[in-house]
Amino acid sequence: MKDINQILQDRVLILDGAMGTMLQRYKFTEEDFRGERFKEWSHPLQGNNDLLSLTQPEAIAIIHSKFFEAGADIIETNTFSSTTIAMADYHMEDLVYELNYESAKIAKKVADEFTARNPEKPRFVAGSIGPTNKTASMSPDVNDPGFRAVSFDELRIAYKLQVEALLDGGSDLLLVETIFDTLNAKAALFAIEEVKEERNLDVPIMVSGTITDASGRTLSGQTAEAFLISISHIPVLSVGFNCALGANQLVPHLEVLSAKTERAVSAHPNAGLPNAFGEYDETPEQMASQIKEYLDKGLVNIVGGCCGTTPEHIKAMSDLAKDYKPRNLVSLA
Amino acid sequence: MSEITSKYLKLSGLEPLVVTPESNFINVGERTNVAGSKKFLRLIKEENFEEALEIARHQVEGGAQIIDINMDDGLIDGKEAMVKFLNLVIAEPDIARVPIMIDSSKWEIIEAGLQVVQGKCVVNSISLKEGEEQFVQQAKLIKRYGAAVIVMAFDEEGQADTYERRLEIAERSYNVLVDKVGFPAEDIIFDLNVFPVATGMDEHKRNALDFIEATQWVRKNLPHCSVSGGVSNVSFSFRGNNPVREAMHSVFLYHAIQAGMNMGIVNPTMLEIYDDIPKDLLKYVEDVILNRRDDATERLLDFAESVVGKAKENKVDLSWREEPIQNRITRALVKGIDKYITEDVEEARLSVDKPIEVIEGHLMTGMNIVGDLFGSGKMFLPQVVKSARVMKKAVAYLLPFIEEEKLKNPQANDARGAGKILMATVKGDVHDIGKNIVSVVLACNNYEIVDLGVMVPPEKIINKAKEEKVDIIGLSGLITPSLDEMVFLAKEMERQNFRVPLLIGGATTSKAHTAVKIDPQYQNAVVHVNDASRAVTVVGDLLKKESSDRYKKSIKLDYETFRDKFLKRSRQKEYRSIEAARDNKFQISWKTSEIKKPKSLGIQVIEDLELQKLEEFIDWTPFFRSWELHGKYPQILNDTIVGSQATELFEDARTMLKKVIGKKKLRAKAVFGLFPANAINEDDIEVQFKKETHIFRTLRQQLKKRDGVPNFALADFIAPKTTGIQDYFGCFCVSTGFGTAELASEYEKNHDDYNSIMIKALADRLAEAFAEYLHKQIRTAHWGYDSSENLSNEELIKESYKGIRPAPGYPACPDHLEKVTIWELLGVKEKIGVELTEGLAMWPAASVSGYYYANPEARYFGLGKIKEDQVQDYAKRKGIPLEEAKKWLAPILADS
Repeated sequence: MKDINQILQDRVLILDGAMGTMLQRYKFTEEDFRGERFKEWSHPLQGNNDLLSLTQPEAIAIIHSKFFEAGADIIETNTFSSTTIAMADYHMEDLVYELNYESAKIAKKVADEFTARNPEKPRFVAGSIGPTNKTASMSPDVNDPGFRAVSFDELRIAYKLQVEALLDGGSDLLLVETIFDTLNAKAALFAIEEVKEERNLDVPIMVSGTITDASGRTLSGQTAEAFLISISHIPVLSVGFNCALGANQLVPHLEVLSAKTERAVSAHPNAGLPNAFGEYDETPEQMASQIKEYLDKGLVNIVGGCCGTTPEHIKAMSDLAKDYKPRNLVSLA
Repeated sequence: MSEITSKYLKLSGLEPLVVTPESNFINVGERTNVAGSKKFLRLIKEENFEEALEIARHQVEGGAQIIDINMDDGLIDGKEAMVKFLNLVIAEPDIARVPIMIDSSKWEIIEAGLQVVQGKCVVNSISLKEGEEQFVQQAKLIKRYGAAVIVMAFDEEGQADTYERRLEIAERSYNVLVDKVGFPAEDIIFDLNVFPVATGMDEHKRNALDFIEATQWVRKNLPHCSVSGGVSNVSFSFRGNNPVREAMHSVFLYHAIQAGMNMGIVNPTMLEIYDDIPKDLLKYVEDVILNRRDDATERLLDFAESVVGKAKENKVDLSWREEPIQNRITRALVKGIDKYITEDVEEARLSVDKPIEVIEGHLMTGMNIVGDLFGSGKMFLPQVVKSARVMKKAVAYLLPFIEEEKLKNPQANDARGAGKILMATVKGDVHDIGKNIVSVVLACNNYEIVDLGVMVPPEKIINKAKEEKVDIIGLSGLITPSLDEMVFLAKEMERQNFRVPLLIGGATTSKAHTAVKIDPQYQNAVVHVNDASRAVTVVGDLLKKESSDRYKKSIKLDYETFRDKFLKRSRQKEYRSIEAARDNKFQISWKTSEIKKPKSLGIQVIEDLELQKLEEFIDWTPFFRSWELHGKYPQILNDTIVGSQATELFEDARTMLKKVIGKKKLRAKAVFGLFPANAINEDDIEVQFKKETHIFRTLRQQLKKRDGVPNFALADFIAPKTTGIQDYFGCFCVSTGFGTAELASEYEKNHDDYNSIMIKALADRLAEAFAEYLHKQIRTAHWGYDSSENLSNEELIKESYKGIRPAPGYPACPDHLEKVTIWELLGVKEKIGVELTEGLAMWPAASVSGYYYANPEARYFGLGKIKEDQVQDYAKRKGIPLEEAKKWLAPILADS
């Protein structure tokens, strides 16, 4: 298979859209989530989307296929919350290895089918590593700013397990995404570096932060450039932003990244901001017209979608991006 | 791409810190170090973390760019204290914005620290002391945690204490880190061991020099790394003698920085300004630091003993500090030294009956000397403003005592002050640098100033003047509409039977305007004063009982004569009718003229330009002029009269500029647009944007000229629609004023007018530089009509480029009204937040707006005066009442 580094020199790569949005369309019930295997589970499971890789694997595979059909080069595994820390809500810490492993396998199988059909356009699986539901550098208790709900080592150990399983399941890349606290991401990157060293392998890493408010900072308070510098010790494949703001508000922050990094730049924004009902209603055309600004300005190498984006959104982006040259990469050794 | 590919040390807290070769010395705060601060140690021991945080906050506010945190003490659990304190620091955005230096000799404390900080830290420190294996292992982890590292010049055999050993260990450490660990070279910072000198032992003589020379070698031979050190060690043998220690620190730093030391732990309160070190002390200290003579140590010791001896007797430091109190206060005022002023004022206060006597006695004696020196040209404006800073601090210190005294003794009226002067920048205008300078200088001369600030409506000026019973009203303005405001105020003062003199000042004002337009409106004295030094004599003459009446009469007479002459002279000029002027327009042969379509049409916004980029575009000459130092830059720096003062001012400006740039204290924003355009109806320019049409009105010279010399209007530089040739036109607004007001008021709060004026003057320069920078971008890129251009800054200042960028309110287009059209077309307010006041001044003040004309034949010209017929025509074209047009164009009307 062609090296992703090389492909990045040639064209803008397309990342998939929102797994969660697609799963909502199935209107799965508590029973569907449980399946046969977890019928007797002592805690409610509805909403544990990552679990569907075990209980509704066909749905997951179909969604992956739809995004590939729409033109995605890279799809994300259904593992955003598959760490021992996030799975504690469902008391499923012990299932974490299996969740990641199976999710990666499902995605890889679909990816291989598409690559076989058109070897000119190799498809990649990015193991999705979410931020967990705890922050390492902020206190959840306003009255005790020095308190921390999770430590670096707890995060590192949790991430390490996830990373090992994602790689065992066949992930081609790792995507540390929706970073709202850079310290969480640093723990994930630390774990990845450990695994890379132990296994003597070099897996490309994508890093994607999230700017949560109009002031242009991450939730943990860093500016885009400070965030970039904080993760610059890892030779990642790409660095970018996703989620939170709509595509148009991301532009200034992508400009900072584009001006200051020699890495590839990625963006997978939401389909606009959520409306009063928590739905995302930016149409594929609207979103593509905003992505066009990224491309016109030569800011990005990888684009895709986050919350609210469907295969139609991805297709609109893919159709648009194919006529553009990617952002100029200085030299990727 | 240079910033991407260059290997700079990049650190981060909540905000980035990028250390480039151009960066100033990086100051590492050291007060949050239990080994260095007894207070911090005590607070940590007492677990008083809240107060400990305040120490960190003060350091950052005081300018520390990195804070060093150290918890190595036998009596505290260092790891727990480090984690706890860091967690609290991280929760304080105004502290956590800077990167953190995790300082410990224990690896477990360092690692615990690295695990709680999201930004890119510096580890302080690791070394080869325990061998290569441990060194490599720790470096590998530091890299994985994403931190930079300080490497001590220390190996298995001990600490490097010679030049050679420093080189040997530094080189070995560097090679191991770069080659074995793959550590980024730019993330390596060497601490080359600062050791004490003047210990009396021969082997210590070269300690400072070895450090400095080793620094030079390291920076030259070990690419991309930095050099740091703890400066206070060097003066260890002079513990207890702070004046000598401070001098040693600054001499050492001065030379080490030149050798390439770019970062260090320095206690700013233990640092004398290099230039302020008394010459004799400087010589002895330099002899020691640079090991210039064998008996250097003995000589400094002898000298130091005298300093210490005196210090013991008087509890003051340098020689002048032992002089009588009045001399000390005078010296502090004349030299602008505020370091000891409160203690001196306190001493003076205790020596008198009432605190007010210190102001009337000690301080005024000093200020009178300042005034004399200024009056006789032996002191210059920037120095006077620094004196004022000292004066203000002294007065601020005394005020509570004076209030207390008043309460005790309410009937005693304080009769202080030679007079009360109201100062205001008039309605619609925002420029106040000149007004503030005059205020400061007058305040120095014992006048009480009631400063109403900028954009002051006339009612407020009138009411305040009555309420405060002021003796003089001073009005200032920079833009032309302000002239009318001043006329209005004069009328209003007359109507309300005011008697007090009216002072008029500001860049747009003139003796002519004052004499012709303002003076006739007010029966009492009106004086045009355009520089601060003259303000003192004028105000003195106006208020001194013995001279007042005579002076007022002579002024009235002077203005009357001037007015008559002026009116006669202006009547002698001949003008053409607007039609005749149009017939004599400037002709461009459009068929052959070079018209280039802009590469990018439409509107673009620059949200936050790096200020660094503007530095090279700064035209310094007007900066000196704003401080009343006249002469061209850079020659002014060597001027025989003002040279040394200009140099000092320039250094202060550069220091502030570095700070402003480094800490992004100001935001540079711009909006600009390039559009298809054609000239229509002779003098108008029709601009197309998004299917909408905007029309700019230009004004035409009407003065009768000799044959062959055309009557210009800006519209002449754009192809007329009738030619059928598509031409183009642009307009812009840039601002570097966002942040100025906050900074200035911050300084004012600290009674520091000098820096408050400085920041405004700099912001103005940056705005002009931005306009210059953007114009270049327009010429070479966005419009791209002159992509081959390569001009030096001097050539830019001389305007050697092709095409022009005239600005509304300036000679080619003195009409401010067209700014409104720029604002509408570009959406200036919505896009970058620069607003127009009702007087059509831009706010923030440090803003520039204007037009772009690209035609190679376009040139700058002065409109001169225009006649009523053009004003009528203009009002008709613009669709506004004649009266309104007259109001805005009043300053350029030839009639009346």
